[in-house]
Amino acid sequence: MKFITEFRSSELAEGLISQIHRKSKTSARFMEFCGGHTVTIFRYGIRRVLPSTIDMVSGPGCPICVTANADLDKAIALAQIPEVIIATFGDMLKVPGSHSSLQEVKANGADVRMVYSTMDALKIAEDNPGKSVVFLGIGFETTAPTIAASILQAEENGIKNYYVLSLHKLCPPVIRAILDSGEVKLHGLICPGHVSAIIGSHPWEFIAQDYGIPCVVSGFEPLDILQCVNMLVAQIENGESKVEIAYRRGVRPEGNQQALKLMEEVFETCPAEWRGIGEVPDSGLKVRKEYQPFDAEVAFDIDPGSPYEPEGCICGDILRGVKTPLDCWLFGKVCTPESPVGPCMVSSEGSCSAYYLYGGDFEG
Amino acid sequence: MKDKILLAHGSGGKLGHELVEKGFLKAFANPLLAKLDDSAVFDLSGRLAFTTDSYVVSPIFFPGGDIGKLAVCGTVNDLAMSGAKPLYLSLSFIIEEGLPQGELNQIVSSVRKAAQEAGAEVITGDTKVVHRGSADKLFINTAGIGIIPEGVDISGGNAGPGDKVILSGSIGDHGIAVLSQREGLSFSTQLESDCAPLGSLVAEMLKASLNIHCLRDPTRGGLATTLNELAKQSKVSIRIEEEKVPVREEVLAACEMLGFDPLYVANEGKLVAIVPAKDADKVLKAMRENHYGKGAAIIGEVKAEYPGRVVMKTCLGSSRIIDMLVGDMLPRIC
Repeated sequence: MKFITEFRSSELAEGLISQIHRKSKTSARFMEFCGGHTVTIFRYGIRRVLPSTIDMVSGPGCPICVTANADLDKAIALAQIPEVIIATFGDMLKVPGSHSSLQEVKANGADVRMVYSTMDALKIAEDNPGKSVVFLGIGFETTAPTIAASILQAEENGIKNYYVLSLHKLCPPVIRAILDSGEVKLHGLICPGHVSAIIGSHPWEFIAQDYGIPCVVSGFEPLDILQCVNMLVAQIENGESKVEIAYRRGVRPEGNQQALKLMEEVFETCPAEWRGIGEVPDSGLKVRKEYQPFDAEVAFDIDPGSPYEPEGCICGDILRGVKTPLDCWLFGKVCTPESPVGPCMVSSEGSCSAYYLYGGDFEG
Repeated sequence: MKDKILLAHGSGGKLGHELVEKGFLKAFANPLLAKLDDSAVFDLSGRLAFTTDSYVVSPIFFPGGDIGKLAVCGTVNDLAMSGAKPLYLSLSFIIEEGLPQGELNQIVSSVRKAAQEAGAEVITGDTKVVHRGSADKLFINTAGIGIIPEGVDISGGNAGPGDKVILSGSIGDHGIAVLSQREGLSFSTQLESDCAPLGSLVAEMLKASLNIHCLRDPTRGGLATTLNELAKQSKVSIRIEEEKVPVREEVLAACEMLGFDPLYVANEGKLVAIVPAKDADKVLKAMRENHYGKGAAIIGEVKAEYPGRVVMKTCLGSSRIIDMLVGDMLPRIC
């Protein structure tokens, strides 16, 4: 098993596609929550091989896209404090805040460094004892445990110049908020694979039970998505609604207990502001009091001013699944990956970026 | 000789002369360089190709090569992509003070070997040494001159509907090999850069057919960017099939891990050829007989509709657009 080519086999794909076509009788709309799934769906042209009974919409599962401008502004303001080094995952650099981006302030002299792991950020702190290193904690349940681990490591090693700006968000509460809003009628949910690797499949049960919507946890290869759609269609045609895992090589029903323990130890839930969705109770993570010395919100006096939303940008509607990038007049004209207006065009997992790069409107 | 390069090596004095005589002259021994005049003087007649490039790869040593080999291969390959046989090279070293003499010697020796294989001579050069921090160890600037055989007319604007698109081997090897050595990212892989001079491969291809329409080496920006350039320049669309594009399993795995698409990862020893359909099999056969074209494959064809677009048939039988690389995926890989 090499875990890649087998999951891109055209023969197996053909079989799954014809099964889906045979089975699917009832019109249904599925949402893929996760931006990683959105990319796979566009990269392999999956929407075009599905029967006309199935309508797919993208959800809010791109952590950078859902980060509110007010929070981005905080990160940009932190970067401009003298003797502060910002350590961040690369995707954040180009995201426009209200007035600037990390990339722009970096060009003007701010010390912003791209890292691939939180432990690299910790190393920067160790190597620069005279400076303060702030790691931008952006992500879902997937990244939160490693960031929690970095705080525990910093405490153990007595590193006193390492801070985390925790902008983490939790997935199940926001799905509840979307379903409660009643704006999008969904008949099936493709649950995020990596998030579920941490939290397991149990936290999705409420969707199947309270809302009667079938849920299947999917992996990220084209065959994973097809298999997941196939299972959703089967549930619908059988009149069922339950939570199933199509991504068994990555996800267990109970999740990763060790990672969950780390998260629980360092963070507690708090209300969080989601772009386009607004404040969702218990959908954020903040650093617990016991670890306050590592909390950038506490350590620094940040005043980024009031946030400003770019005129005409409909990222918020796209994130709720109410509109698609093709409904936006800025798309492809004013807003492109080279000069993005909204975050969904910047992040590699953003819907607008996937539509633009892989030709979501191309019929040839 | 000193064991580190000092600012004095670049000041035109004794140390500099020692570096030239013991380092460069010996390695690149040829009569045009040995004269040590301010310029190399020679006769040439025919259609010439002339190119220049700069090399700033980091790290300067990577699996399968180093900045010296890369500089020669990159330059002779640019000449070869016009169908030219590479003849002469210039080489300028911009060295950060403190570079170990041993590392410089190793790079000069790589330059010598690569130039020898490519059949080109280094006939002029320059050395500058800059303060620590003003360069990253070593930058190399080159120029190259080559001669184009009679009857050859290769340009990115020559692709026409019906032509076949041939790729000379697996993609992404160079970019991933260099990346695997990066600080903060290093991962272990057996993968080596594909860095190689392609002059002999091109010569064999031209022997098979003088009708080759386009040649291009998919370096920075990868195969996707090269195909987009050709589609735009020739005002045609290019359609390729995902399953026909060779990618090593290690490259696929690294790309998955890092979130890259192999179509955008750099190559330094591969070429894309666009040839008339009737000559495609002949050219493909000639390529497969050359060491650097063993993995060659026809990956797609040229169409008239949707000019400027590159479209790929995915493994699911669906199709999608392939756009140019946006921004900077991998910093300083060449």
